[in-house]
Amino acid sequence: MLVKSLVSVFLAAILTENYVLSKFLGICPFLGVSKKLNTALGMSVAVTFVMVLATAVTYPIYTYLLVPNDLAYLQTIVFILIIAGLVQLVEVVLKKYIPSLYQSLGVYLPLITTNCAILGVTMLVLQKVDTTAAFEYTYLHALINSLGAGIGFLVAMVMFAGVRSRLESADIPKSLKGLPITLVSASLVALSFLGFSGFVDKLIPM
Amino acid sequence: MAEKKSLFQEFSKGIIKENPVLCLMLGTCPTLAVTTSASNAIGMGVAATAVLICSNAVISMLRKVIPDKVRIPAYITIIAGFVTIVQMLVKAFAPAINDSLGIFLPLIVVNCIILGRAEMYASQNRVIPSILDGLGMGVGFTAALLCMGIIRELLGSGSIFGLQVLPVSILIFILPPGGFFVFGILIALANKLNTKAGKKVVENPCQGCPMSKTCKSSSVTQCEKENKEVTENAG
Repeated sequence: MLVKSLVSVFLAAILTENYVLSKFLGICPFLGVSKKLNTALGMSVAVTFVMVLATAVTYPIYTYLLVPNDLAYLQTIVFILIIAGLVQLVEVVLKKYIPSLYQSLGVYLPLITTNCAILGVTMLVLQKVDTTAAFEYTYLHALINSLGAGIGFLVAMVMFAGVRSRLESADIPKSLKGLPITLVSASLVALSFLGFSGFVDKLIPM
Repeated sequence: MAEKKSLFQEFSKGIIKENPVLCLMLGTCPTLAVTTSASNAIGMGVAATAVLICSNAVISMLRKVIPDKVRIPAYITIIAGFVTIVQMLVKAFAPAINDSLGIFLPLIVVNCIILGRAEMYASQNRVIPSILDGLGMGVGFTAALLCMGIIRELLGSGSIFGLQVLPVSILIFILPPGGFFVFGILIALANKLNTKAGKKVVENPCQGCPMSKTCKSSSVTQCEKENKEVTENAG
């Protein structure tokens, strides 16, 4: 039952509830950094890493510190500060101990503080704790959900980088060049992800 | 007299000339997410405008106190404070809007329009112009959202502000793909009008991003390079 629910949460976060294509979180990096495959990959790995780390920290702070003390309304301000501090910390630690990883991921870290996908994931995970009735939504589920959200971001970014490389050589009307055609193709990619709706529930019935 | 005119310009530039959504490409996430209906769009626009005006005012007042090194965290904290206030007000007085905006209400914190105006305008200007700048940008943001909201609601559910006007509806327009599509077409339209008026067109969404100065991500450097090339070519 536990494994089943974990797999279901993981797949749902990647496919049916894709944070970029169906929840519109993290659109800025999705449009800005998806031009080349390697930058798209680097950005998504950095985002996934920070997402899981941020959830790992914010979940216990919210459930064991804010809620018992009736401070739940401070969620926004506390979470954004935790994320900002965490990103700084990750940057310093990577620079000191794993310089090779810092070389490849470090450039994306400053952007991540204001990435709405990170704040969005940490908050949506806590909403799920209240609304999920089928099974008990534990800390482990929250972490798996964040990991899935990150992987979903990666899948969307990598797919879209592929689509955009095809667009480079296409003959596009002048007004649509640049951002508009990028958005229209993003619409088509989002359309393909709509095809997954109901997929996870059918695959793994609860 | 000259003073008055320039103050009015501070206000009006955000509405059309430097519209944050359609010309500067800021705040794309809420633009796409909450515009499934016109009333949602207005709710989001008003909430963001309120935060924008307050944070611009406070940041402008504190611009000489905040050390340059920690300015971004300081701005984020100020903005988060105002977002929390707005969140509580909306929850108390407009619970329906709170439900339909959901997660995007607290996410105003990371809306790049607000941080962008703090970084680009309020940190260098006096209080009154900063407030007007915030108001103008907020109105511009609301107008763009409303435009998207009306189009998507009309096509997607055949109504405007909940009032049924069309007998048929194309559901896809209120689903995510419709959001991307309508936004793409609106930007194409804005680009067309801008080129007609002989203005520069934003090609990379990173260009207006407030983090572009601190961010060393290759896409921005690349975009700066491209810009340099463009200006060199033009020169």
